Amino acid sequence: MQVALFATCLVDAFFPRAGQATVALLERLGHEVVLPREQTCCGQMHINSGYPDQALALIRRHVTTFEPYDVVVAPSASCVGCARHQHPTVARRLGDTALADRAEALAARTYDLSEFLVDVLGVTDVGASYPHRVTLHPTCHSLRMVRVGDRPLRLLRAVRGIDLVEMPGADACCGFGGTFAVKNSDVSTAMLSDKLRDILTVRAEVVTAGDVSCLMHIDGGLTRLRTGTRAVHLAEILASTDG
Amino acid sequence: MTFLGMPTAPRGVGRLRGDAPFPVAARAALTDTQLRRNIGHATETIRARRAALVAEMPDWEQLRRAGEAIKADTLARLPEVLVQLEEQVTAAGGTVHWARDAIEANAIVTSLVQATGADEVVKIKSMVTQEIGLNEALAAAGITAHETDLAELIVQLGHDRPSHIVVPAIHRNRTEIRDIFRRAMPGVRPDLTDDPPQLAEAARTYLRRKFLSARVAVSGANFAVAETGTVVIVESEGNGRMCLTLPEVLITVMGIEKVIPTFADLEVFLQLLPRSATGERMNPYTSMWTGVTAGDGPREFHLVLLDNGRTATLADPDGRAALHCIRCGACLNVCPVYERVGGHAYGSVYPGPIGAVITPQLTGVADNPDLPFASTLCGACFDACPVRIDIPSMLVHLRARAVASKGASLERGVFGAIAWTLRSPRRFSAAIRLARLGRLLGRRRDRISRLPWPLSRWTVARDAPRPPRQSLREWWRSRPTKPGAGE
Repeated sequence: MQVALFATCLVDAFFPRAGQATVALLERLGHEVVLPREQTCCGQMHINSGYPDQALALIRRHVTTFEPYDVVVAPSASCVGCARHQHPTVARRLGDTALADRAEALAARTYDLSEFLVDVLGVTDVGASYPHRVTLHPTCHSLRMVRVGDRPLRLLRAVRGIDLVEMPGADACCGFGGTFAVKNSDVSTAMLSDKLRDILTVRAEVVTAGDVSCLMHIDGGLTRLRTGTRAVHLAEILASTDG
Repeated sequence: MTFLGMPTAPRGVGRLRGDAPFPVAARAALTDTQLRRNIGHATETIRARRAALVAEMPDWEQLRRAGEAIKADTLARLPEVLVQLEEQVTAAGGTVHWARDAIEANAIVTSLVQATGADEVVKIKSMVTQEIGLNEALAAAGITAHETDLAELIVQLGHDRPSHIVVPAIHRNRTEIRDIFRRAMPGVRPDLTDDPPQLAEAARTYLRRKFLSARVAVSGANFAVAETGTVVIVESEGNGRMCLTLPEVLITVMGIEKVIPTFADLEVFLQLLPRSATGERMNPYTSMWTGVTAGDGPREFHLVLLDNGRTATLADPDGRAALHCIRCGACLNVCPVYERVGGHAYGSVYPGPIGAVITPQLTGVADNPDLPFASTLCGACFDACPVRIDIPSMLVHLRARAVASKGASLERGVFGAIAWTLRSPRRFSAAIRLARLGRLLGRRRDRISRLPWPLSRWTVARDAPRPPRQSLREWWRSRPTKPGAGE
């Protein structure tokens, strides 16, 4: 199957390893991956910060870029959630119904990585090996916007050598929230400190998630405090064949 | 001067505006470690109770959808439903008053109390009378209002403000309550301990005298049934039942969105509300009354229908579902922001996620531009809401209105520049190359520990990622074999 990788701007610019891992994983499973070069950003930050007017051109670019492909996969539930739920709404509210319809059609074949693996490919054991103590931060948008449910956990449980531990209060927000982390820095930090406590309580070596944005936030706290626990994208674990 | 044309809906006035912007008030609240402990403990307890009781309901999702549908239908034909309510209440011997805003409502209630000659009233816990600042308005007219709900009494005696829609003293623990009672409750025993039965007994003794002497009671309303003119109060302590039956005159203030069309609609809401609000299958006291009944209960009944920004809210198709709210507080109990800062930081009497969408709509978003941003959009509120109010989407919608109300700003310029960059893959690639200079900042630890304002608000507590040597698109181009062209 040919898969267009919706890399997301954050992965492209700051966390290419999550994108490389997604490519490696999908190719290992026998699929052809393409990276449409016209892609930039889905516009989520602009939409959620109150600038849907500025996001409209980004939505149009996203839809035009990915429209030719049968399947679009992103290593980010948050960006998939934006494309699926916000693109049609914003386009419609700003009067571009044609774009809204196109966005809706594209959204129907746009998947978060865990959805794509479990629902479309029908695999939970992707042949990975990762001999580390890992805890999953399920992420708010994975759980409550895209509703991936336990798909990431099912994928992780099938990884060889993994010591998977559940952190307390796993479904609680880490406090990132996009510009919230800057506009309400103090509240965001208070939420992060509780999330770090829960990660450290289960003595995880690695915290993983399906979104680099939450991981960037959690990693920022983990490294600031020199905890020795690292943040790794789900795709990197699933792509791994170490040990 | 007045002009002909479309009438404008009044803006909400009353206790809907705080003294400080949310981020500032929240920062102060975060330093109150006792408050964080009290609220963290209380919300965790209610969350667990609610979750257990919702899980035992096989038709919970259908009930939520039914609640949503009834509210949407009611709002779609609000004028006719309200007029029907007025007719039925009047036919049953009650008197209906219409108040455009808090000032009018307070004036109506004050004059009604003055007409009885009473100088004190007993009150049932009500959000709407908190919204309009009724106690303060009555005090200005020489009338003392006595709160009879235990938590509202704690708030009132402590010269405090409610911090939760259902549990107004959630920010207080029992030791603090003992101190407030010892300090401010007339006739309290000086050796009062913080044992909950002792605290309840002290309040009961104090309040019993008020119930027996008061001639006027003031309440809010959980529901008002248009087809019968029946008003409904749901409560836990029995103080409401005392207020609704003992005094001679009963004055009920309700927001116009509290009306429901039929008595059968209560079937849905009386299942949704107690489970969501207090984690109970059924609340201990549900009182319903229809006008006045000779020889039974109050001889006079007044119903004050309050707008105070609700019609303006109804005018916005993307925001009007906020009026579906049945004031259960479930969204507060699951909100990670509320859990850490408490209710006072929101400024308005309506805190938490629902407060962040109701308050700016009642006052106009320009008066509360920070509240729609007081959320990470984590979505826990939507999942907990018994009438399926999509609070996260509404917050996003209100953010756009808040930004628009500010017009040109430095922030708009910055976002515009970012959007301009992202509109072209070439400019985006150039920006990535430029950001790579940031690698210098992260030499020592492979992380960046300090960035200039406004990103300093990130690095104050968190490291920032060091830009990688190669972006994903650069790596893609450098791949030796490309099975898919993708160009």
